[in-house]
This record gives sequence, C-alpha cells and structure tokens, in this order.
Amino acid sequence: MESWYFIIDKLLPFAWTHHIFMKNALLAVLLVGPMFGIMGTMVVNNKMAFYSDTIGHSALTGIAIGILLGFQDPLWIMVVFSILLAVAISLLKYYTTASTDTVIGAVSATMVALGIVILSRGGGFAKFSRFLIGDILSITPREIYLLIIAFAAMVLLWTAMFNKFLLLSVNPTLARSRGIRVRLVETLFCIVIAVIVTISIQWVGILIINSFLILPAAAARNISINIRNYHVISVSITLISGITGLLLSYYWSSATGATIALVAAALYLITLLLKPRFA
Amino acid sequence: MNDRAITRKQSQACGLCCTKLESFGVTIGKTEILRDINLHIHCGELTALVGPNGAGKTTLLKAIIGEVPHSGTVRFLDIKNCHTRKPLVGYVPQKLEFDPGAPISVLDLFSAGLSARPIFLGHSSRQREHASAILSVVQAEHLLERRLGDLSGGELQRVLLALALEPCPDLLLMDEPVSGVDAHGRELFYNIVSDLRQRYDLSIILVSHDLVMVARHADRVVFIDRTLQCVGTPQEVFSCDNIKRAYGFVYQQNIEGKDSSFEYKIKGVGA
Repeated sequence: MESWYFIIDKLLPFAWTHHIFMKNALLAVLLVGPMFGIMGTMVVNNKMAFYSDTIGHSALTGIAIGILLGFQDPLWIMVVFSILLAVAISLLKYYTTASTDTVIGAVSATMVALGIVILSRGGGFAKFSRFLIGDILSITPREIYLLIIAFAAMVLLWTAMFNKFLLLSVNPTLARSRGIRVRLVETLFCIVIAVIVTISIQWVGILIINSFLILPAAAARNISINIRNYHVISVSITLISGITGLLLSYYWSSATGATIALVAAALYLITLLLKPRFA
Repeated sequence: MNDRAITRKQSQACGLCCTKLESFGVTIGKTEILRDINLHIHCGELTALVGPNGAGKTTLLKAIIGEVPHSGTVRFLDIKNCHTRKPLVGYVPQKLEFDPGAPISVLDLFSAGLSARPIFLGHSSRQREHASAILSVVQAEHLLERRLGDLSGGELQRVLLALALEPCPDLLLMDEPVSGVDAHGRELFYNIVSDLRQRYDLSIILVSHDLVMVARHADRVVFIDRTLQCVGTPQEVFSCDNIKRAYGFVYQQNIEGKDSSFEYKIKGVGA
C-alpha cells in the first residue's frame, strides 16, 4: 500500500488526496469499477439484472445470519450464504414451472423480509443502515487486498470461461450442441456474480449495488458494435463515473456509492442520445 | 463455395454411414413426451421431422443433443473407422430470442464457438479468415462484422447454419430454421441445405411445418406425434392417414399442386 500512496502523492498532489482514506477509496473504486464493468456486460446479455439485484438485497439476510451466529464481521457468512442462494435459485429455475422472474421475485421478497425481521429485533436496525448505503471511504488496506484477490480471480475465470458464457447467452441448446455443460456453466456464473456482489456490498451499498452492475454495461451497449468495444466502453464508463463520483462526493459530502451511480446514470443518458448513430 | 472451409469433407457421399436412434424416449417428471422412437438416418439424406405442435419434435432434438435426458440410445456408425460412437452434432436453433441491441458481431459468435481465446481481447487474423471461409459456404462472408441483431431473419439463420457446420458434424439438427423468414430467404436456405447434403458426409434432421418445402427437398419424412406415426418418402408419408388428420387435407392439395407461393396458416399449425 505504501507504494500506492507514494504514486498518488506524486501523480495527484491535490487537497483531496492528502487523506489516506481518499487514497484507499480511490484504489477501491479502481478495483470495484472494472470488476463490475466486465461482469455487468454479461449480466445484461443474460437479462439477469433482477437476479443480481436479488443477490444484493439478500445480503441483508446474510448479515442477519452472521450476527445471529455471533460474528463481528459477517462477510464470510454473507459470502457462503450468497453462494447457497445462487445455487438454490438455479435449482428452483429448473425444478419449478414458474417463470424465472417469479421465482427470483419470490426469493428476493422472502430474503429481504427475513433479514429485516432478524436485524430489527429489539429496534436495532439503524446500526445496519451502513450496509444499505455503503461506505467506501471506510475501506481498510486489508479489505483492499481482498478486492485485489477477487479481481484477479475474476479475470482468470473470465479468460477461461468467457466464450462459454457468451454462447450460453446466445442460445443454451446451441451451447449444449457445442459441448458446453450448460447447467454447470450457468450455475458457476450465478455464483461468481453472487460472490463479487456480496464482497463489494458494504462499500457500495445494498440499495445501489445493482446500478454499478447494470448502468455501465447498459450505457456501453448503446454505443458498441462488438464484444471487444462493449467491454472497453463499459470499463471506461465505470472508471470515469467511479473517479468523478468519488470526487463529487468528497466535495458534496454525499454518499460515495450513490454519487458514482448518478454519474453513471448521466453517462447512460448521453449514450442513449448517441445510440441512433450506432444502430 | 469454399471447400477448404469445412475440415472434414468426403469426395462423395457414400450413404453408408448412419445415425441410429434405438428405443429412444423422453419422460420429464411424470409426463411421457416421446416413446419408442426407432430411426435410422443415413448420411447424405435430408430427413424432415413433421408433426403437430406439442408432438415432441423440439424435445427429440434437445434429447439427441443431450440437453434433455432420454432413454434408449443414439449411435453414429462411422463407415471409415468401422465403429460406432456418439455422433458429433451441429444445431441450428429456431429464431434466436435475444436482445437485438446486443453488441455481438458475427465474428464474435464464431470465435466464441470455435476457440478458447476470450473474445473480449479481440480476434486474431487467423480467426477472421477461418470464420470468413466458413461463412462463404452459406454465402454470408459479407456479414462477418455485422451485429447479430442487424441481420435479417434469413441471414441470421444462414450464419447459424455455418457455425453448426464447423467442425463438420455427423448429424445436423435444425429446428424450424426458417419459420418467419421471407420466401426468398427460405428458398436460399433450403437450396444451401440441399446442396450440403450432397457435398458433405452428414445426415440432416430438419423440423419443419412448411410441407411444400419438405416435399420438394426432403429425401425422407418422419411424422411423429409422441411416437413414430409414419416414415417414408414425402409421397408415402403425406398419403398416410394420421398426417391428414393432423394437418388437414388442404396441405395434401398443396403438396400435390406444389404451390410454393401458398402461405400456410392453418389453425393449429403455427410456428
């Protein structure tokens, strides 16, 4: 971390970079942003916005279970819980005749209600509201290392699996005919989203985490013509909105996650206006 | 047409290799969807699979591909190596259901299907040439850089056909590949398929409701409704009583008249 602080002091000798917490937050934004930018492209391709939203909301129940079991830091319980949930949702999708939308909606509603009931017992919900809004400024170097590991793991997995994910998003039977084990790959994809959303949630916030995933990809989609520039644009948008949002939130004293999401939304609107040129 | 594009091509179709389905059946939950299907599909033959909605045509294809569990066996008899094995299957889906704004180019689709190199890194010039060569087999090399969503129905199906042909399959499965495609696109597609069967060593199963095209191009027709009802040449099958009951005699007249301009919209026989 010392070398990162040194680089920032040399490259960006501004008032806001004097604070260690801003240097940490900047690094976190540079890690979380691209991770969500890359993952979001595939989430949007697969029309899974509602799924990732559910995973985010279900973090409440993960936190609640962690607290019930007596953990100070419920992160690992949350991760395990989100993986179980991802597997459960993919199983439900196959074994019920209800539409995916309904299944996910039912799970989402149940999880939010359960989480709120457990956390609000005795009137103590207010102390968990930091999870709703997220606080990237409080991130510690140890937590940044965790994000670096998650980022590296995701890039490795994407390198190995991306083409399979893409064929699956085009047509599952077509993917199967080309030797892809459809259910396994699909479940793996759901698990990766669940894990990354969950470990990022306390920095970004339950209420807006989905906008991190969806907005950059949706914006990129408006102005890209192939997979490569889809990714380049999506990652660029996360970086631009991440850095701009972080700065604006510093000067406005607003919640960082939401400010970043607003910048991303503005970029989405701009690409929407540009869309006719690329159609 | 580019012969080098397809990796396994025979000089002439021998008609000796074949794909066999034996006591093939599919049961999902407690519902028996297909039972007791025994079929022998020769290479170089275009077999049309017809039947009413809900007859299990799509399920049969999905079961052969392995997406749906099945009972019985599917084997491919390879005449060159004199042994049986699981067939290598190519699949052309019905109209793709995807967001037309998806930024996936034809080249992206091909590279994703044919190589392990992640396509968000872009494409090598070898991948580009390879994809272009395969596309030329279906007269679609000019579509290489286009987005999937920008293609017409007929163009998209030709692109999917080209993808299904690489690597060259033993068995090519097509699920109503040109339903909803205009007459010109349909004609072009069927001509390409007819040509393929003569040039390459593969068997083709095509699901279709378009009985005029079936009569004109298919070598054999298989009529199923939960199980085999009639199998034979188009003339034989279309005079079978069961098919008359399922499709009505209007079809019969049209097939005999071979009037391809006639549009089929008969109650109960949609796409």
